[in-house]
Amino acid sequence: MNSLVLVGIATSLAYILAGVSLHPRSHYEGRNPPPPPAVVDARLTELNINDKTPILERFGNWAGGLTQGDFGRTWDGRSVNDEMRTRIGVSLRLLLIGTIVGGILGVLAGAWSAIRQYTPSDHAITLLSFAVLSTPVFVLAVLLEVVAIGFNDAVGAKFFAFSGETSAGLQGGFWTHLIDRLQHLVLPTMTLILAQLAIISRYQRSAMLDVLGSDFVRTAQAKGLPRRRALFKHALRTALIPSATLFAYSFGLLLVGATFTEKIFGWHGMGEFFVDSIIQSDINATAAVTCFAALLVLIAGLLSDVFYALLDPRVRVK
Amino acid sequence: MSIPSDALNVIRDRDAGDGAPLDETRAASRLGLIGRRFAQRRLAVCGLLAILALFALAFLGPYLGQWEYTEHDFEAFQEAPSAEHWFGTTRSGADVYALTLRGMQKSLIVGLLVALISTSLAAIVGAFAGYMGGWVDRVLMWIVDLLLVIPAFLIIAILSPSFRGQTWLLFVVLLAAFLWMVTARIVRGMTISLREREYVLAARYMGVSTPRIIMRHVLPNISSLLIVDATINVSAAIIAETGLSYFGFGVQPPDVSLGNLIAAGTSSAVTFPWLFWFAGGLLVAIVLAVNLVGDGLRDAIDPSSRTR
Repeated sequence: MNSLVLVGIATSLAYILAGVSLHPRSHYEGRNPPPPPAVVDARLTELNINDKTPILERFGNWAGGLTQGDFGRTWDGRSVNDEMRTRIGVSLRLLLIGTIVGGILGVLAGAWSAIRQYTPSDHAITLLSFAVLSTPVFVLAVLLEVVAIGFNDAVGAKFFAFSGETSAGLQGGFWTHLIDRLQHLVLPTMTLILAQLAIISRYQRSAMLDVLGSDFVRTAQAKGLPRRRALFKHALRTALIPSATLFAYSFGLLLVGATFTEKIFGWHGMGEFFVDSIIQSDINATAAVTCFAALLVLIAGLLSDVFYALLDPRVRVK
Repeated sequence: MSIPSDALNVIRDRDAGDGAPLDETRAASRLGLIGRRFAQRRLAVCGLLAILALFALAFLGPYLGQWEYTEHDFEAFQEAPSAEHWFGTTRSGADVYALTLRGMQKSLIVGLLVALISTSLAAIVGAFAGYMGGWVDRVLMWIVDLLLVIPAFLIIAILSPSFRGQTWLLFVVLLAAFLWMVTARIVRGMTISLREREYVLAARYMGVSTPRIIMRHVLPNISSLLIVDATINVSAAIIAETGLSYFGFGVQPPDVSLGNLIAAGTSSAVTFPWLFWFAGGLLVAIVLAVNLVGDGLRDAIDPSSRTR
């Protein structure tokens, strides 16, 4: 409940900040020929983005609409809700696959490199994750793109696709479309997976190392459990606990990363919507995306609490 | 956990005041110890050297080039690197070498300033919240939670139109204002355990004021964490700054940042690689070097984390 209040406040804050710092009026006044000021005012008031109305009054109107699930309209009068409907799906597809696959691979890579501490594979994983951690998403994405272009050229076929979610005007049945979508999905998702993998594997490695030296893992092996089972059931499970907490924090980063990925690969998702709305001084749309982001961070936080409780029996007993 | 391999004591000759040499067993200073552990870590030392080299390149390099970053060579548009233009030229004939170094300067300065401000803020807020407890703690942590719910990136982007045309220092303050929360939480946790230590209790019972206890007794005891955190924050700040500038929400033209340059070069990364890879590569080099140093420092300061 407390966190829902936080989301509400965060969104309101975003709305007020956006209302103060963005000026959609310039869109109308900059038209050629310039419309009469009264018309502009009337139009802006109709859309509830008139900067002559006090910000609190605008906020009141907007919040009133929001209680009925209406995020208002964009600066040129389209419904923000309609716009978001398709975009949310696009973003969630990227984010879900990125989080889940990246998280699982990160945990495995971290655990693997901890078990083989100071072997070449450990060094390789550590170095790689360091390199990826130090590469901003917008460089990483381009790097992948260049590699993919090289691969396409080498194979002589269009294996990876770079822009959009689908090829325009594609003919064919279900399978053709599915394969086409997958081809478009690979690069943006890879970007997010790599970023996620690098963070998680670093933490997982150090958590795993802490656990590997502990008594209960030695006991588990001493009582005759095969090494593999001892490591998986006793060590990995305990070492997952800190990663569960990290998950909530890293999700915010992933969200920002998705903004870059969507923009670079031309996906029409929420991240792209956000950047475009700020550039177009669109107050209502900006606030709506912030609300979406805050909700996702909240859900990530809740999920990480659930993981925590699943993994750590002590939390459940309390 | 392995025991640190270096000796805690070193025997040194020390000149006494009257000039007679005196054999004395002396505890190695903490700084010396950290320095030695740091020096053992090859990657961290490489990182430090790389940072020095990058700084030298950013601040001394422009004197070597023949072009200013504001100049345009109207005889060379979009040319590959040559003896005249070391990193090539842009579509409008600007020298990429000069531009990139100028962008590096800005990104480095912004990174350092932001890290300094945000770590100080985190230290003060976290220490006060942890030390004073009660409603101060609750209010401060509530603010931390609030700021954590919205990705800082979004808020700064929303605010960016209002500091367009203003000084970039405002941008630094904004970045710092959204980078301190996680550290503040950690500092708070450490302060809560420090609060019950004898020396802090003694100071409190002697009537030392709260701000003084925090400044003199609490903060120095978590200084190692703060140093490591400040280092890591430099790279976080640089990534955040370039990311915002990438979308045009950060450092504004005519000023240059690595983010602007990378954004401008992204679409030509394949066709005119020099427009992208010099800026991109140097950015990765800076962040990687800072991260390596931060990691090395953490290991050197905190022996229990040596296994990381």
